[in-house]
Amino acid sequence: MIKKFQTPVGPISKIVGKSIVLIGDDIDTDRIIPARFLKCVNFDNLGQSVFEDDRKNLKGKHPFDLESNKGSSILIVNSNFGCGSSREHAPQALLRWGIRAIIGESFAEIFYCNCIAIGIPCFTLPKKLVKNIQENKNLNNSLCEINIKESTFKSTFFNFDLEIKTSSKNMFLSGEWDATSTLLANKKLIEKKLNDLPYTKF
Amino acid sequence: MSKNTLFDKVWDLHKVSSLPGGSDQIFIGLHLIHEVTSPQAFGALKDKNLRVKFPSRTVATVDHIVPTDNQSRPFKDNLAEQMIETLEKNCIEHKIKFFNIGSGNQGIVHVVSPELGLTQPGMTIACGDSHTSTHGAFGSIAFGIGTSQVRDVLATQTIAMNKLKVRQIWCENKLSNGVYAKDLVLHIINKLGVKAGVGFAYEFAGPAINSLSMEERMTICNMSIEGGARCGYINPDEKTFSYIKNKLCAPKNENWDEALLWWKSLKSDANSIYDDVTKIDASKVEPTVTWGITPGQSVGINQKIPLLEELSPDDQFVAEEAYEYMGFKPGQSIKDTPIDVCFIGSCTNGRISDLRVAAKVIKDKKVSQNIKAFVVPGSEKVAKEAKIEGLDKIFLDAGFQWREPGCSMCLAMNPDKLIGNQVSASSSNRNFKGRQGSPTGRTLLMSPAMVAAAAISGKVTDIRDFM
Repeated sequence: MIKKFQTPVGPISKIVGKSIVLIGDDIDTDRIIPARFLKCVNFDNLGQSVFEDDRKNLKGKHPFDLESNKGSSILIVNSNFGCGSSREHAPQALLRWGIRAIIGESFAEIFYCNCIAIGIPCFTLPKKLVKNIQENKNLNNSLCEINIKESTFKSTFFNFDLEIKTSSKNMFLSGEWDATSTLLANKKLIEKKLNDLPYTKF
Repeated sequence: MSKNTLFDKVWDLHKVSSLPGGSDQIFIGLHLIHEVTSPQAFGALKDKNLRVKFPSRTVATVDHIVPTDNQSRPFKDNLAEQMIETLEKNCIEHKIKFFNIGSGNQGIVHVVSPELGLTQPGMTIACGDSHTSTHGAFGSIAFGIGTSQVRDVLATQTIAMNKLKVRQIWCENKLSNGVYAKDLVLHIINKLGVKAGVGFAYEFAGPAINSLSMEERMTICNMSIEGGARCGYINPDEKTFSYIKNKLCAPKNENWDEALLWWKSLKSDANSIYDDVTKIDASKVEPTVTWGITPGQSVGINQKIPLLEELSPDDQFVAEEAYEYMGFKPGQSIKDTPIDVCFIGSCTNGRISDLRVAAKVIKDKKVSQNIKAFVVPGSEKVAKEAKIEGLDKIFLDAGFQWREPGCSMCLAMNPDKLIGNQVSASSSNRNFKGRQGSPTGRTLLMSPAMVAAAAISGKVTDIRDFM
């Protein structure tokens, strides 16, 4: 029986799973999910199409096709990951493939916010450390654990501290990353703001 | 930390609350939606049993998936038809104003909103599209958001966001003849890099920016995101105000006077503090063409594609990937690169002034043999204006195809796509791998004038040789 996909809900404090390495700078959201897959009115089937063109091009040798990476949930990337289009389809496709956290040198702004909004914490590390991790042959065989509160990564072979923006960390720990209800709680303030803005009367 | 910039002022004005996690809750003055990034947001509202909070502050159009050859309904592509139907249904259900095909006001969302006068100084503007930064040309704070944030804007008219830092990009002197806003912004992205803007809003300022028309300013702000900056803006001035005046949704009569008074007060103070200031000499910018797979990989028309060792170590990895994908050799000239397809359009360069410039280049000339050249006006209004001026005829006579408005081959969600490893000269904004619809297609970004010149000569050409 196919397991039904579960979107993250509520506070997120820990991510446990295998790591998958994807090497490359400036990997844009068109590559993560090519535009033709955006022709949909829900995100349900995006997981299978993640990195479609890159994967076809590498004929089974793309990290997302390797048998040894099956079931991985922590993605290790390089610099400016997720640049380009604002399409949330990109992190949604990663999420549906199985990714639950991303560690990288840096992330593009809108991609980073989209990840927060759907419950994927993103952590940064210096270039050299990312390289060391990506080159470690044992990474694949190790169960890794990310502790968001402590901002730590632990595995059989290495442990290190992760960096995450304080506001993002707080949002994951409290569950506030799913922002709608938090925002709605200020209903009165929102209505006051609408009335106070000069241009809403023009 | 920045102080007293336009960005600071507009941010503070729209701040609703400080959220417990540490980010700000920001009111969105204008919310623009289209068919690609909104259906899941409406779906989420339904799941959460919520309604659209202020329907009059959201405006919709359809642009990404529309075919540009035959727009009769139902569309031939069932998925595209399903998307437009979903948007139609959602707009009716939630009482949202929708500029549909045939309304006279449909088009690319970032072309339509300014030409309707919806985009105004001092507003916060959000849209599920990264090129929302375009609207910053009017002194608004505008940025792209993902679908979950579209949901939040629909449900609450606010989003949770961390305040950005502000970098002023001071552009000295003036652009020389044959050099356009597109060249300037490609040059800026090349100098600063594609990720320098992460965490920043870009304030474009200085004599070179002041001398640009509103449409040219939109081209600059449009591509802020290609430099990593989610938001780019220009302080409003008389050009801004006269562009907005008398537009359909612009304030009228006494409201106009009141708006003008407020808009005139909206600018970065002389003593504002920026997190960073960068200077660019606009007079040194040449017609600029991308050679790689990021918008930062560009050269002046008379320069060579850089050697690996000429690049910073951080840029070398992507450069190697780009040489291979594009089939270019390091040190090769970009000039005279053979072209297969020429595309004039997009939210970057699909406005009437872009079409005028390109038409001037091709008038009484013919598109080179074996080149597919087409023009996709940015909106129904642009198309109408072009027809009144006879531009459509100039393009058709030269051998261009004249299409209906939409995003078209900027991202190729509709039937307009590159085939195989075709090379396109494109007035759009992204040269990512596979961006224009073929997984091996190659894109060279340039100004509309340069695309027009390439269409005539069949290869990358210096527009100044045509003048």
